[in-house]
Amino acid sequence: MAAPFLERNLRITPIDTFIDPPQPRDRAIITHGHADHARSGHGSVLATPDTIAIMKTRYGETCAGSFQALDYGEPLQIGPVTVTLFPAGHILGSAQVLMEHRGQRIVVTGDYKRLDDRTAQPFELVRCDLLVTEATFGLPVFQHPDPAIETARLLRSRAHQPDRSHVIGCYALGKAQRMISLIREAGYDAPIYLHGAMVRLCDLYEQRGVPLGELRPATGTSKAELTGQIIIAPPSALKDRWSRRLADPVLAMASGWMSVKQRARQSLVELPLIISDHCDWNELNQTISDCGAERIWVTHGREDALVYHCQSQGLIAEPLSIQAYEDGPEDDEGDGG
Amino acid sequence: MKRFAELLELLALTPSRNRKIAALSTYFREVPDPDRGYALAILTGALSFKNVKPALLREVVLDEVDPTLFGMSYDYVGDLGETIALIWPHQDEAEELPSLSKLIDLLDTTPKAQLPQLIAGLLTRPSINERWALVKLATGALRIGISARLAKTALADMGGKDLQDIEEVWHGLAPPYIDLFAWLEDRGSRPDIDHTARFHPLMLSNPIDEAKDLAQLDPADFAAEWKWDGIRVQLILGNGRASLFSRTGDDVAAAFPDIVDNTFGNAVLDGELLVGADRTPSTFNDLQQRLNRKVATQRHLAEHPAFIRVYDMLFDGDDDIRTLPWAERRARLSDWLQNNPQSRLDLSEVITFDSWDTLARIRRQGADEHGHEGVMLKLKSSPYVPGRPKGLWFKWKRDPNVLDAILMYAQRGHGKRSSYYSDYTFGVWKGNEIVPIGKAYFGFTDEELRRLDKWVRANTTQAFGPVREVRKELVFEVAFDSAQSSQRHKSGVALRFPRINRIRWDKPAVEAATLSDVQAFIPAT
Repeated sequence: MAAPFLERNLRITPIDTFIDPPQPRDRAIITHGHADHARSGHGSVLATPDTIAIMKTRYGETCAGSFQALDYGEPLQIGPVTVTLFPAGHILGSAQVLMEHRGQRIVVTGDYKRLDDRTAQPFELVRCDLLVTEATFGLPVFQHPDPAIETARLLRSRAHQPDRSHVIGCYALGKAQRMISLIREAGYDAPIYLHGAMVRLCDLYEQRGVPLGELRPATGTSKAELTGQIIIAPPSALKDRWSRRLADPVLAMASGWMSVKQRARQSLVELPLIISDHCDWNELNQTISDCGAERIWVTHGREDALVYHCQSQGLIAEPLSIQAYEDGPEDDEGDGG
Repeated sequence: MKRFAELLELLALTPSRNRKIAALSTYFREVPDPDRGYALAILTGALSFKNVKPALLREVVLDEVDPTLFGMSYDYVGDLGETIALIWPHQDEAEELPSLSKLIDLLDTTPKAQLPQLIAGLLTRPSINERWALVKLATGALRIGISARLAKTALADMGGKDLQDIEEVWHGLAPPYIDLFAWLEDRGSRPDIDHTARFHPLMLSNPIDEAKDLAQLDPADFAAEWKWDGIRVQLILGNGRASLFSRTGDDVAAAFPDIVDNTFGNAVLDGELLVGADRTPSTFNDLQQRLNRKVATQRHLAEHPAFIRVYDMLFDGDDDIRTLPWAERRARLSDWLQNNPQSRLDLSEVITFDSWDTLARIRRQGADEHGHEGVMLKLKSSPYVPGRPKGLWFKWKRDPNVLDAILMYAQRGHGKRSSYYSDYTFGVWKGNEIVPIGKAYFGFTDEELRRLDKWVRANTTQAFGPVREVRKELVFEVAFDSAQSSQRHKSGVALRFPRINRIRWDKPAVEAATLSDVQAFIPAT
């Protein structure tokens, strides 16, 4: 394989454009709206229409010099490079970036998952020569269960403890809407209550065609009304005074990290729900093998294990170590999980 | 098994003690014999398998999973049982495991050579939660933060009995506790146990709060004794061979044949097991040599002969004297020992004092000159109450020794602290180099732990698996009970009971202690 036209800091050399750059850049392609991928202050931003809408909602209309929307599957010629976005299945609007140049195909996955999710466009596999994959759950201990099983556990817990509220810690973008959608899918149609930090993004999802059922603000609602209800709040609110307004709440958390019970105990989570918006170990390896790439770059997460595993399969694999990205308790909340 | 797995998960994750107790008593009420009895045995650590050990489980898993990936996963998860449960390839269609008693029977009776195959089969069948419970059961390490005491509290709750009554009968019982449950459900009588051969729960002391307690207590009401640095034991003498139990009721007779073969009479005694020639106590390090072995060797018996310094008596002959005041029990003990003089027992002396100030002086002198850990205060009128009753017995430890040491290595913790760098190796100056003198993993708050974890991550110079070497810049004030010379440590010293007293974020490493500062703490003897 020829030398890649993508650099290890995800700069596309021939067109001087960065993918998900952590610092402000003149030209950026943004895979999705989470804060560790989409920052404000870039010159021009290329992304899916949903991602642009999310960025504007979170950071304001002027968070980049200019925006260019690109629909999934539409090849765009930028100088000598052809860029096409494909659904990544992570959150609404999330995209993988395919770049083609002189016969070489490179895919940057961004964050992705392959399980069904009614709130995100379903993942499409893209064949390539070099795959740049995330590895948030890049250890074989991460094998995510069917989210329907986890949702059923939540509803069972609620039925068994009708005098307690259930507060589910969810990242405000993506996880919250997916959790609500899963609860609806399981047949629960009572109002779901929202922490204030969730409201704007839930509205945006609804506007963009993702139905979430009846949502009510939790703030300003009486303790009595919240008893027995399901409340969605950011993870930070679980430990905060915010949750004390509730009647003896069951603290739940929806995250891929919740498979490790010792972790759940550390964060005082009584009802861990293993619901992840990232690939688990098996999905990562399936993607690596299905995409046909002979070279794999691994970023964002437990890079060592995935690199080791790829190498033992005879692939060329390297960790990118783009940012000082470290596993540890702090990150568990940083990135939706 | 499913029901038990659900119970374990609830116990692991529910922070509320009352809810845990409620869940336990519901379980004991609703689940039939013998399953509930086996569950109780698992929860109280009373169950173990001859051939199923963590090493065997590891072996089974490494047959299925790449060892390097397993190692990385274990470092991340921090709990062997949980790593195994999570890493085992998941199946879409889960099958329920057999009942608890059936499982235990399988693990107990399957021939050793067929165990790996059995375990692999069992791991493959169930849902993740049941697999987790299965591994916990098989390794015997629950690590879910529940104590035997909590399980007994739930039994008391379930049967409307007194917790003390349950403690009383507990040590004579064995899984699956059919008689116990019959009694709790008023279907049978209280399990009857031979008083002479079983462990009687010990009476424990509380630390004294110098500022608060001493002002309120009258020195005339209390007797004082030295606090010996050995292990607390109960010696039961009667017909046949003596029985010897540790503080928690473990039978330790096999490790101390010199005691059980050389003591006689008819009594239940409470005292401190020590080692040393001519009943002169040697260091805890020497005792450790004997504690580390299940069976004593001739060399150990000769080099570190054991004896018991007795300080209380529970039964005088067949007479249960636990309800008598301490002063009377002490008199009976003293008489008994005079009538039954023997080479492996002596009496812990009573220290005379007239005021707390005098005692404080004696305590300090004992610490400086003889390395005593402190003194015990016993209310002269106190009956022998099992457990840790308030206001009857106090321990008054001498002030700890402290020194400033430099953080050298940090290791990821386990259990509750997995993923935090919470185990710290520290050292002191020896010329221009720093030599390690000990390890500590407590003495700091959760908040400080988070800050330390961050510091370690930001100041790592080298990583060796779960261990990180850090810049030699952070100073800990380390408290410890005593220092001893040791051949096991490179620095030649070992600290007893080291803990982190304060983190000296402000102090430069050059001002930390030197090896000769540490050596000065070693008693001359």
